[in-house]
Amino acid sequence: MSYQSDLYQQVILDHNKNPRNFREIEGHSHSCDGHNPLCGDKIHIHMKLNDGGTIEDIAFSGSGCAISKASASMMTVNVKGKSVDEAKVMFDEFHKMVTGEFEPQPGKHHLGKLTIFQGVREFPSRIKCASLAWHTLVCALDKTGETTME
Amino acid sequence: MITPSEVEKIRAEFPMLSTKVHGHPLVYLDNAATTHKPRAVIERIRQFESEQYATVRRGSYTLGEEATEMFEGVRKKVQVFIGAKDHREIIFTSGATQSINLVANSFGRTFIGAGDEIVISHMEHHANLVPWQLLCLEKGCVLKVIPVSDSGELEMEAFKKLLGPKTKLVAVTHSSNVLGTINPVKEIARLAHAAGAKVLVDGAQSVPHTKIDVQDIDCDFLAFSSHKMYGPSGVGVLYGKYAVLETMPPYVAGGDMINSVTIERTTFAKPPGRFEAGTPPISQVIGLGAAVDFLTGIGMERIFEYEKSLLEYGTKVLSGIEGLRIIGTAPHKAAIISFWLEAAHPHDVITIIDREGIAVRGGHHCAQPVMARFGVPATTRASLSFYNKPEEIDLLAGALKKVIQVFG
Repeated sequence: MSYQSDLYQQVILDHNKNPRNFREIEGHSHSCDGHNPLCGDKIHIHMKLNDGGTIEDIAFSGSGCAISKASASMMTVNVKGKSVDEAKVMFDEFHKMVTGEFEPQPGKHHLGKLTIFQGVREFPSRIKCASLAWHTLVCALDKTGETTME
Repeated sequence: MITPSEVEKIRAEFPMLSTKVHGHPLVYLDNAATTHKPRAVIERIRQFESEQYATVRRGSYTLGEEATEMFEGVRKKVQVFIGAKDHREIIFTSGATQSINLVANSFGRTFIGAGDEIVISHMEHHANLVPWQLLCLEKGCVLKVIPVSDSGELEMEAFKKLLGPKTKLVAVTHSSNVLGTINPVKEIARLAHAAGAKVLVDGAQSVPHTKIDVQDIDCDFLAFSSHKMYGPSGVGVLYGKYAVLETMPPYVAGGDMINSVTIERTTFAKPPGRFEAGTPPISQVIGLGAAVDFLTGIGMERIFEYEKSLLEYGTKVLSGIEGLRIIGTAPHKAAIISFWLEAAHPHDVITIIDREGIAVRGGHHCAQPVMARFGVPATTRASLSFYNKPEEIDLLAGALKKVIQVFG
């Protein structure tokens, strides 16, 4: 098992170094603060949903490791323009993929480039790093305000 | 001074040190979290459990009497090890955390009330912070915090100003698990006593690494854990001055801590029995005794001296890495090097160097206020032991350079 080919791939390193949508959204309609008490990673999600229930804009801020930052960055890129229901399907597939319960087969998943995080399952201590942003997204969609990884 | 060939001999006593991780020999640099066990400890527990095991302080059959004698023998070993006046001042707990909770719940709830003050420091492990917060929530007492300087030392002038007639307890760590700083606990105890306060020292990080003399320090309490001093997990010690322990009510109630019990009323045993309800961790205490013998065999002064030389070497090598900032640069330090690497977050550092067989800790080290004080979300921490070698620090440095390459 190599950390470079399975975990720290170029795409992930690039999103860590140049995170996309790394900002706050003024006048956001949904938001949540996610927190992993085990490692202290913090992430804030801001979203703007339109009346049709589509994620018009999404951004994140906070501090964390490369995996959590890259995961948040790639998540924002991939859920922008999606409906709430589509985003929740992606969360479900992503969560199951990193915990090893879902094998994304070509053409039979909704994760797009996010399958790059599949290697995380080989690093059990890092699964929460990859899924923190997604849990925070769901929390923001449900408007619960705050979520803690247990 | 422990010589390189002696280190090799010592290492051979620790079976875990010859294991491999991801195909690499284990480089274990997480000794502030927990330490490995020498054969003497492993073998002593095996022998006790397979040839001598019985419950203690109960039956009067031969095995029970012999086990009790061995168990109480460890109390005397620990007494001598930390320089206590009396073996009855040694209470076995489940670890340093429970030791501190015992003081908070027994001494604290009895003698600390609304408006009273407890002084802690900004470099405490959560175990010496949260119990006092809970006590203050319940009793309405107030926490006062000794500030920490940029190098990681306690601001002693500020400490003096925190002391006053309301101060009931000063609870400070002897050595910080993040910064490595060794605090002047003897001076702290002198000042606290002059103000009429009692003193608790968290010795979890100092007892395994330096010679302790509780009578010289003159603290009222000292808390520490076995598993950080090469003994088994699940057992720890609370030292308390006998005169203070005598004034304290029980914290956990049950069998073994009583004098006599009727349905209406119970009278309690004298310390330490009063604080040891239930069957104690018998085998673990026996193992702790073997760990104390092992440490005494090497000599705590020699351990301190060798680890200090490792610290100096490690500090020199790691400071040479570009973009690495050491957090905790006090002149008087235990062999702990916490750092922040510009290129990568501690968790990424840990994952990558783990693949080289190197075990260090990354995170907030159960000391989030320390992280806040130094403006970092987490640190990577190498904590050294007398069984570590300078070559292992070189391996760590090499692995860190690879991390920097990966993150470019």
